[in-house]
Amino acid sequence: MNLNKEEKILEIKDLSVEYTTDEEVVKAVNHVSLSLNKGETIGLVGETGAGKTTLALTLMRLLPKVSSRIPQGEVFFDGADLLQLPESEMRKIRGEKISMIFQDPMSSLNPVLTVSDQIGEALALHMDLTAEEKEKRIDEILRLVGIDEGRKKDYPHQFSGGMKQRVVIAMALACEPELLLADEPTTALDVTIQAQILNMMQDLKNKISTSIILITHDLGIVAEICDKVAIMYAGEIIEYGKVKDIYEGRDRHPYTVGLFGSIPDLEVESHRLHPIDGLMPDPTKLPHGCKFHPRCPRCMEICKTMQPPEYVDGTHMVHCHLFHHEQPLG
Amino acid sequence: MPDKKILLETKDLKKYFHTPIGDLHAVDGVSIQIPEGETLGVVGESGCGKSTLGHSILRLSEPNSGQVLFDGKDILKCSKHGIRKLRTEMQIIFQDPYASLNPRLTVSETIAQPMSVNKLCRKVELEKRVLELMDTVGLASRLYNAYPHELDGGRRQRIGIARALALNPRFIVCDEPVSALDVSIQAQILNLLMDLQEERGLTYMFITHNLSVVKHISNEIMVMYLGQCIEKANSKELFKNPLHPYTQALLDAIPVPRLQSRDKERKSIKGEIVSPIDPAPGCRFAPRCPRATAKCTERDIPLQNVSENHQVACVQFDK
Repeated sequence: MNLNKEEKILEIKDLSVEYTTDEEVVKAVNHVSLSLNKGETIGLVGETGAGKTTLALTLMRLLPKVSSRIPQGEVFFDGADLLQLPESEMRKIRGEKISMIFQDPMSSLNPVLTVSDQIGEALALHMDLTAEEKEKRIDEILRLVGIDEGRKKDYPHQFSGGMKQRVVIAMALACEPELLLADEPTTALDVTIQAQILNMMQDLKNKISTSIILITHDLGIVAEICDKVAIMYAGEIIEYGKVKDIYEGRDRHPYTVGLFGSIPDLEVESHRLHPIDGLMPDPTKLPHGCKFHPRCPRCMEICKTMQPPEYVDGTHMVHCHLFHHEQPLG
Repeated sequence: MPDKKILLETKDLKKYFHTPIGDLHAVDGVSIQIPEGETLGVVGESGCGKSTLGHSILRLSEPNSGQVLFDGKDILKCSKHGIRKLRTEMQIIFQDPYASLNPRLTVSETIAQPMSVNKLCRKVELEKRVLELMDTVGLASRLYNAYPHELDGGRRQRIGIARALALNPRFIVCDEPVSALDVSIQAQILNLLMDLQEERGLTYMFITHNLSVVKHISNEIMVMYLGQCIEKANSKELFKNPLHPYTQALLDAIPVPRLQSRDKERKSIKGEIVSPIDPAPGCRFAPRCPRATAKCTERDIPLQNVSENHQVACVQFDK
């Protein structure tokens, strides 16, 4: 697969997002650029507060109006800049062309509507269907996510966590979106149920060739279903590449190395884990230079003052001074 | 393990909750033995009774029947005064670092509370002791007067650990102590718990749903399903040679952060955990089991020894 020849479906250019409070400005997303091809799955990995969900909400234009601001950046989807579209246009895209699976299946369903009503809502808004066609489509989509259509008149509380998450996925897929944003779709679920949902998402990807942005902190899930990976730290994408580059590549960002070191490995015996020391920086007072330098085990003088530029090696991009080869390593 | 001293033992422990539609079998006849200075990992999916087991052992919820022996003494027969004394030796670290701290108490007050309640420490020494504990768990002394809402999850969990250590316990129930934390913080806390065990010879019962964590920290692992122990083995043995179909499915379902495992076909089990209210006799996993036969539901299947350090409750191994 040649990256350049693929059809680009989404392109984010130099996007920043801030939240403002009375006292301070929280820089949630900083200069993020990212592109996604048709049918591709990209894993967006990072810890709590890295800005993953903010990025997804920006794409959906669902950021809180009062407290958020987008100082710069463009998001091209199907040739149009999503950030410039009027709300009426955006409503046509949201749910039809781009849809989102929210993290918590328990709280993202309406408790007083039946499951079929909730799936039907997106269909009624975006597709011109007769009542009969709509019911047929609801049955079809429920079967697709593995729920018996006999349960479509049930309310959310009658379903278990895993089943609710399937309903949420069914809602997101109802209009066969071109782009699916899945925000930690399995974090709230047990491993066996997680395996079922991941298998299902894999099948769906093959069937309707949706592009997926999968937000997660689980590197295991990424290894299983993603084509590309973007590692986020303090609002920036610090490393980006094909899964092979990130999992087996040579020059990896020290943060990525730390993330891998934090996971107890099932196949290797080790007495101690090798976590990253310290905590994520306070997003209201981000450090100068490389945002990771206070926690970095290989921090050099230059890291404290200068923001590392992009170093590209084929499909692999990393923001780290260590890989600046013209200069001897400090 | 005949030569090791058993610190905590349960015998056929049962905890049922009464509900309008029947008895909920949360813990149904669990027998465990934890040698001093070792860790027993308890794994299972949500609703399998692992937290209830931990709570029952500490009598935070009163078991219906069975025995809990701590250092040879039956805890369930202890008087209220006796149990209070015993609790200085048995502590718990709770799952949710956000919900298990009193928002109105500062870090130092939270850590000092168990010591003042048990009158273990004179007021003048209290501050010194609290600072010592904060140092042990890696909390900066400037946080002495901070409130929980000012701290992140990892630091809050460290407060929970300091509070549990305050009374110098010998046994700690760790109820999913890292599941609410980010991976890099998770690793820091796991390392801390292991260091403390080494320094102080602590005995842990480590409850979690995360199998990679449990393998990392445990000597022995017990797998629970719907209130029952279905497999128990030495940690290495369990991962190398899982025998119960449920254990196999659980291990198979873990996403491994390696690319080689990508093409592996998953044998994911179908369906979900059935209701724990008045369960039918026989193997409780049978409705989801790919290898279930009529034999499975005929009668209850006891734990069987397959080898010295390995027990399993499955008809395939029933003699």
